[in-house]
Amino acid sequence: MTVLSAPHTAVHHGRLRGAGNMVARNLLIYRHTWYLLLAEVFEPVLYLLSIGVGIGQLVGRVPGLGDSPVAYSAFVAPALLATAAMNGAMNETTFNMFAKLRLNRTYESIRATPMTAQHIALGEALWAVLRGTLITTGFLVVVSVLGLAHSAGILLVLPGAALIGFAFASAGLVVVTYLRSWQDFQFIQLAMLPMFLFATTFYPLGVYPRWLQIVVECLPLYQSIELVRQPSLGQVGFQLLVPVVYLTVFGAVSLRWAMRRIDRALTR
Amino acid sequence: MTVTISSELLVQASALRKVYDSGFVAVDGIDFQLRRGEAFGFLGPNGAGKSSTMRMLGCVSPLSAGSLRMLGLETAEHGPEIRARIGVVPQDDTLDTELTVRENLLIYGRYFGLGRAVIRERAERLLEFARLTDKADAQVEALSGGMRRRLTIARALVNEPEILLLDEPTTGLDPQARHLLWERLYQLKADGVTLVLTTHYMDEAEQLCDRLVVMDAGRIVAEGSPQDLIRTHATREVLELRFPPGEQQLTAGRLAALAERVEVLPDRVLLYCEDGETALAAVHAERITPLTALVRRASLEDVFLTLTGRTLVD
Repeated sequence: MTVLSAPHTAVHHGRLRGAGNMVARNLLIYRHTWYLLLAEVFEPVLYLLSIGVGIGQLVGRVPGLGDSPVAYSAFVAPALLATAAMNGAMNETTFNMFAKLRLNRTYESIRATPMTAQHIALGEALWAVLRGTLITTGFLVVVSVLGLAHSAGILLVLPGAALIGFAFASAGLVVVTYLRSWQDFQFIQLAMLPMFLFATTFYPLGVYPRWLQIVVECLPLYQSIELVRQPSLGQVGFQLLVPVVYLTVFGAVSLRWAMRRIDRALTR
Repeated sequence: MTVTISSELLVQASALRKVYDSGFVAVDGIDFQLRRGEAFGFLGPNGAGKSSTMRMLGCVSPLSAGSLRMLGLETAEHGPEIRARIGVVPQDDTLDTELTVRENLLIYGRYFGLGRAVIRERAERLLEFARLTDKADAQVEALSGGMRRRLTIARALVNEPEILLLDEPTTGLDPQARHLLWERLYQLKADGVTLVLTTHYMDEAEQLCDRLVVMDAGRIVAEGSPQDLIRTHATREVLELRFPPGEQQLTAGRLAALAERVEVLPDRVLLYCEDGETALAAVHAERITPLTALVRRASLEDVFLTLTGRTLVD
């Protein structure tokens, strides 16, 4: 074999091309373990059946966002969709990335190539968005089959899920650089579980006093739920810009921060 | 094997320093140069600063001071360009354990921006080079330590690098796996790849390196070809004597007059001399009876011992 000085073919990566390599790597891995994604579709389905449909039997119809009341399950389903997109993206950039960053040192071998920390961070965020969107799509299929899709506006859920995925994938990237051990994942749960329970997932904002409403409105999951719930219940309008802008800024700021953190973690 | 070492300088390091945030000085001002086609080694015990130097050469660790030019470029400004033209074999295998053997090569080629067809063709050649063609579709987890190492080397060659950096390439491998690996590295050398390796095995350094530097506590303490270093810093032969427990201390003093230099190790006494048999005869003439006596050629281990007063592997 001749490994002799062939003209060096490698070039400076464009940002997207470098990020695309990370997505390609993950796709290669998920060719072997695609069924893991099904498990993540299953979780929101369980919530939907137990709380949306089960407890929904007791609750009956609730006021929708417009004039007509809707079934409780139709009220809850969009929130679970947003949560699925959030978890689908954030699990990837926290749990899965922690192993790559700290244990397998996968990124160290990638950094030995022309790839930079920016390529890695952007690529992992993109992949997490893709993953979150896939999981949401799976859940959306279940929701539609159960007849809980009340408006064609529900298709807006998919770009919405991508944006939610971007925001939480980027946030996850920041968080993962601060984790020291598996025990630290408890802190993530400590933030995520209350947010899931109280960010209007199961009841409307109106139940809170005004000051608490403001706190809840600041939560990224609340904005994510708004982004999905409004079009799902037939409310498509300019007010959707609020969650869109919120999540875009939240994601972009997180991503920049994550790039700096990951660069520092890989440059010693 | 005809290896031509050109006069072209591939690496120029001057006053290279690495100080970590903790304040620990890993590399304390070293100078070295590397020519195309050379096999160059850093020999030293754990903690000598070898790996830190390798990380700076790999353009993933910023210099604390000094300058480092590789392939005519400053590492500080041209990291990605330089990394595109070198190959890195890290100390611990960092293979993608979730992928198969072949997939590891395919994805790694993408990181260098290579086209799919080029990568496919190279992957097959590299699998053959690493003697892993049979294992192409196996999961990495199913590979032995030696196979993983060979795959890591194959992966580092996917961009057809001009310089290959190997950090402790055979540490932790059994003798058979080491010999196969060395044979593969000879092949690369014969193909004209410039090799830079760190090791704390003197036999590895002697076999593979045209030239090496001995490092200790972040500094270079000697430089030259293995033969030069042995000639300069050790005698031709060494007489190794072992004594029953407790007796070594008593006899060591009497041995001093019998050789050019005497080194007392915890388990044996080394007598540095031109002719080991003559020295042994002198020992017997003094009515000193060691448990075992061994005459051998001086090695890099002795060079290191002379220079630092310590053994390489403890």
